[in-house]
Amino acid sequence: MPARRTLVTTAGLIGAAALLLAGCAEDPAEQAGPSSPAGDGKARTTLTVGVFGAFGLQEAGLYDEYMAQNPGIRIEQTSIERNENYYPQLLTHLGTGSGLADIQAVEVNNIAEITATQADKLVDLAKVPGVDKAAYLPWKWAQGTASAAKGGATVGLGTDIGPQGICYRKDLFEAAGLPTDRAAVGALWAGDWNKYLEAGKAYKAKAGDGKAFVDSASGVMAAVTGSSAQRFYDDQGKVVYKTNPAVRGSFDLAASFATEGLSAKLQQFTPTWDQGFANGSFATVSCPAWMLGYIQDKAGPAGKDKWDVAQAPKPSNWGGSFLVVPKAGKHAEEAAKLAAWLTAPAQQAKLFEKRGSFPSANATYKLASVSGAKHEYFGGAPIGEIFAKAAEGVPVTVVGPKDLVIAQNLADIGMLQVDQKGRSPQEGWEAAVKAIDNALDQ
Amino acid sequence: MWRSRRYRWDLRWSPYAFVAPFFLFFAAFGLFPLLYTGWAALHQVELTDPDSMTWVGLRNFTRLWDDEFFWNALRNTVTIGLLSTVPQLAIALGLAHLLNYKLRGSAFFRVAVLTPYATSVAAATLVFVLLFGRDHGMVNWALSVVGLDAVDWQNGTFASQLAVSTIVIWRWTGYNALIYLAAMQAVPGELYESAALDGASRWQQFIHVTVPSLRPTIFFTCVVSTIGATQLFGEPLLFNGGAGATGGSDHQFQTLGLYLYEQGWVNLHLGRASAIAWAMFLILLVIAGAARLLRGREASR
Repeated sequence: MPARRTLVTTAGLIGAAALLLAGCAEDPAEQAGPSSPAGDGKARTTLTVGVFGAFGLQEAGLYDEYMAQNPGIRIEQTSIERNENYYPQLLTHLGTGSGLADIQAVEVNNIAEITATQADKLVDLAKVPGVDKAAYLPWKWAQGTASAAKGGATVGLGTDIGPQGICYRKDLFEAAGLPTDRAAVGALWAGDWNKYLEAGKAYKAKAGDGKAFVDSASGVMAAVTGSSAQRFYDDQGKVVYKTNPAVRGSFDLAASFATEGLSAKLQQFTPTWDQGFANGSFATVSCPAWMLGYIQDKAGPAGKDKWDVAQAPKPSNWGGSFLVVPKAGKHAEEAAKLAAWLTAPAQQAKLFEKRGSFPSANATYKLASVSGAKHEYFGGAPIGEIFAKAAEGVPVTVVGPKDLVIAQNLADIGMLQVDQKGRSPQEGWEAAVKAIDNALDQ
Repeated sequence: MWRSRRYRWDLRWSPYAFVAPFFLFFAAFGLFPLLYTGWAALHQVELTDPDSMTWVGLRNFTRLWDDEFFWNALRNTVTIGLLSTVPQLAIALGLAHLLNYKLRGSAFFRVAVLTPYATSVAAATLVFVLLFGRDHGMVNWALSVVGLDAVDWQNGTFASQLAVSTIVIWRWTGYNALIYLAAMQAVPGELYESAALDGASRWQQFIHVTVPSLRPTIFFTCVVSTIGATQLFGEPLLFNGGAGATGGSDHQFQTLGLYLYEQGWVNLHLGRASAIAWAMFLILLVIAGAARLLRGREASR
């Protein structure tokens, strides 16, 4: 018996050891520090890129391409699904100067806070060789640049932007007696968001109950506020959302979609919203360029040839990102070069081609790969043309440090109460103001 | 001489060396954050620049008094706590009683009741969000089958709190049931035998033998559940898929934990968040004190 027991124990030990070894074997081959010789006998530098969500740089093959061109560089990406979780972590890491990736992504709603409070911890990317200010949309460049009082450094290089169109269901439009051709659809509401509301009323009159015109009132609000130059802050950096007629105007306009019964009362980026795409619960949705892929995913093959995209009433922007390089990184210089390369027009064009993220470098709009781009799923819509037109019409928006908090509370408290709880627009507005005041008060 | 002295030292100090790691880790990861949070609560400090602190004394605490969002969160925490803890412990007690019978495959059932506890909050909550969906959810579908109206589970105040409580109940009932079961098996069998001889039915045995014997265990689970309910966070956070920490458009299921998270990690006010954390801690101390008083009085009766 004892012999047998020893055998069993030994077998167990060997098993455990094998597991441990297997665990070790999973580590990347070039684990040995950055300056140690790797397989090809050259010094290797590992650069890390921290992003949120499906950022697309890796998926579009840009890292592979850069590594092929620069054999001394290896790129690793870490990703956190939601920006709400990603951004506070980025702030704490910047505060302590540790745990940072060599390159970090920043969402447009956070960029003002980053340039205002963290510029001294970030590399001035305007000075990096190969960065061409003239290649970028002026408003995008301005957003990534700190004010003169803060040193005027350009700490964020723009990646994509979110010029908006209106995505619509051709079959539902046809059933309601509305035009289905994208030029005619765009003409329905060209130049005025109120006409979009009128189109909704016309749709409802024909389509009857049960079929909504828009997915959510807050989606409309995001689109409308995105078309005004001044939103939540004035040029001096003062919070003015409460008194700014543009904000209140878009709130009330969007709220009328709810009160007129044109909204499917959904909350964006929730499972029910996704199901709404699949079930055709609504006929239109304001869609930034980056949302097209999302719609395709959620509406699935059954939605093919049903969706199309038309010009939005007014040029408007929603979302987009930047890349920043923390000074605390070990390879700040190499990282700056990579950031410059990743955001250069040629790469932005590739990102658009592969992932549909619309370039913030307007130098790309003349490239055939952008201007001639068509979206197969959306009835072959000329998305390059549609979104470039929108992008160039977007006003130079004043962004403030707490844009995200304000926008989020307006949408998720104020507009949602009107849309889903049936409160009056005035009640919804007051609830949002109360929540924002509480959030902004330190 | 020297050897014996070393032996004495060894005998005297070695135990301290053995327990030291725990206390060192506790000091680093338990005590220090606690004290630092208390210190931060007395300052105005933002997450964008955690190094610059401005002394504000007790202002972060006094303002909680007028903070309707804080009171709303406290109210929600209490209601959700009651809605989840009371049925949860009652069901757990019943389940434990059933498991305590001699049954075939008892090990299987014991593992089965524990599986929800082993599921991650995130996974469980996401499934529940789908079940409680307004338009295409299974719960509303079931309601429609029996001829009831669909309920907007996320937007109704009571409905949303009930839905969140359901997730908590589902996850923790089995865990409590196993604790009760362990305690039940320690109840001496003679008590049941003599009760049976006196003609007590199964139900009477449960009420007059099992429950009284389990009193310390029930007290323990109450304490643990209360602490858990006060800190409730993951379920309400994920139940609100779109917005995150607001706890619904009307803050209808924003718990204290969520409000703390919103102040600290969404609005980036570290000082205010710390004050809320300490307020929660103090609330728990008050509850614990009250429970002690209650028990003390009961014991002296």
